[in-house]
Amino acid sequence: MNITAKGHHRFGIPPETMVYASEVRKSFGALDVLKGVSISVAAGTVACIIGPSGSGKSTFLRCINHLEEINGGLLLVDGDFVGYRLAGDKLYELPPSAICKRRAEIGMVFQQFNLFPHMTVLENIIEAPVRVRGEPVAQAKARAVEILGRVGLAAKHNVYPRHLSGGQQQRVAIARALAMNPKVILFDEPTSALDPELVGEVLEVMKDLARDGITMIVVTHEIGFAREVADQLIFMDGGVVVESGDPREIIANPQNPRTREFLARVL
Amino acid sequence: MNANASGARLEPVAAKTLTVVPLRHPWRWVAVGIVLLGLAGLTASVVTNPQFQWPVVASYLFHERILNGLTMTIILTVVVMILATIIGTIAALMMISDSKLLSLPAALFVWLFRGSPALVQLMLWYNLSLVFRSITLWIPGVGTVFSIDTNSLMTPMTAAIIALSLHEAGYMAEIVRGGLKSVSNGQTEAAASLGMKPSLLLRRIVLPQAMRMIIPPTGNETINLLKTTSLVSIIAVSDLLYSAQSIYARTFETIPLLIVVTIWYLAVVSVMSVGQYYLERNFSRDETHVAIGPLTRVFGNLFSLRTKETRA
Repeated sequence: MNITAKGHHRFGIPPETMVYASEVRKSFGALDVLKGVSISVAAGTVACIIGPSGSGKSTFLRCINHLEEINGGLLLVDGDFVGYRLAGDKLYELPPSAICKRRAEIGMVFQQFNLFPHMTVLENIIEAPVRVRGEPVAQAKARAVEILGRVGLAAKHNVYPRHLSGGQQQRVAIARALAMNPKVILFDEPTSALDPELVGEVLEVMKDLARDGITMIVVTHEIGFAREVADQLIFMDGGVVVESGDPREIIANPQNPRTREFLARVL
Repeated sequence: MNANASGARLEPVAAKTLTVVPLRHPWRWVAVGIVLLGLAGLTASVVTNPQFQWPVVASYLFHERILNGLTMTIILTVVVMILATIIGTIAALMMISDSKLLSLPAALFVWLFRGSPALVQLMLWYNLSLVFRSITLWIPGVGTVFSIDTNSLMTPMTAAIIALSLHEAGYMAEIVRGGLKSVSNGQTEAAASLGMKPSLLLRRIVLPQAMRMIIPPTGNETINLLKTTSLVSIIAVSDLLYSAQSIYARTFETIPLLIVVTIWYLAVVSVMSVGQYYLERNFSRDETHVAIGPLTRVFGNLFSLRTKETRA
């Protein structure tokens, strides 16, 4: 993992921390969605965020890559701010081009896949490496084919997304994120829009990534996946982290009554 | 319900021995007959009525002045459409901006130029010199950069281009805005999370998808504009209609010359429709399209009145 120590020491966080959130607050108008969320995800580990809908888990995920601006707290990816530049004790808002450079290092996979419908699978994957990173097309294509093989879709590179099943589309979306060599990949309920029989193939690919040591933060309802793959389970409710720790321990023996109640409903 | 109550047992019937008898539509054929009869009568009267002066129509169809007028009409349409698309796109981007200071002026622009008649705008621009004697660019500290007499600037052609471009831009702005808004938010977010900056995102992700919504109404607008340009004859721009008018003002062959004009407008509109078909197809590559040409699409079903039955 590419760990730069530049920002870590300033905030007194361990250098292997990939995503660090402290008292993150976010509100939409009068509605407080995040009321002080604190987590720490080490490089090479998998964190699963679970919780009832409306608990703020998707919003928190979108704050990490600055799709939403936070209203308070500290949120660092690889020891650095995504949307700001720290100088002295002031945070200066970055221009869009600089934010984009930082975002390119953070992959994101969406519930609704959000593949580009006017591009083939291969074009979807090479778009960002070529246009954002300036990779040569031939090199980007070779890598795209390799990644497609990894997600089990080697034969599909010239197909338009609409001709693929939901599970295949989501695997292409994962391949698209992987093509940018991200430091961390954020998954926003990646299997919630899928037919039940297609969930497995996507989870398989994600398990494979976890084994390869890719840092992942996964918002999910798949408790089984969390128990098997996650290094850390985070239970959110009402805009705060209610309980977090070892997934097997929490699932087997939840300490907080809200966690217990939630797990009883979904298990 | 009680058809079997008599005790007669139903014999099993093999599926392949069943045939479907299509429903007949005798009244549809009667209607077709009446329409055909009417069409025949109308054609006969048009062809045989000497007042149409078909030989005169033929002699003027490729007349030099008519062809020059046609060229002028096409040039005007192309220039106005290009300017209107550029101005309209800028106005659309302003309208979807988060800043009210940008979106309100754009909305005002659309309201003003889309809401007033093209003919009135043409006459207003043509008579601009009644309001502004001269047009001057004056920069504080630098002084007068240039000054020009409005009358010599506002020729019929400039007035026509400015008036029609602004009028058309009002429509284009709404079309482009609708197209941009039709692209889902998820597309923007996916592209942004890949690190694409706003300009790249607009060019590579949003606009190509918006195009699919923008092209069909734009094609209609272009066809509409081609016909609207005939209004410029009122401020003496020598377009197709004005050229015909200037001929029949001398020869009094009014009807044949107006027929010549109609034929040319119809011809250009038909060519444009074919072009629009291929343009639309180009922007929906990912959709499985049945390979039928534009002519087949229009005329293909002409004689197949019973497609529904044969499909059943």
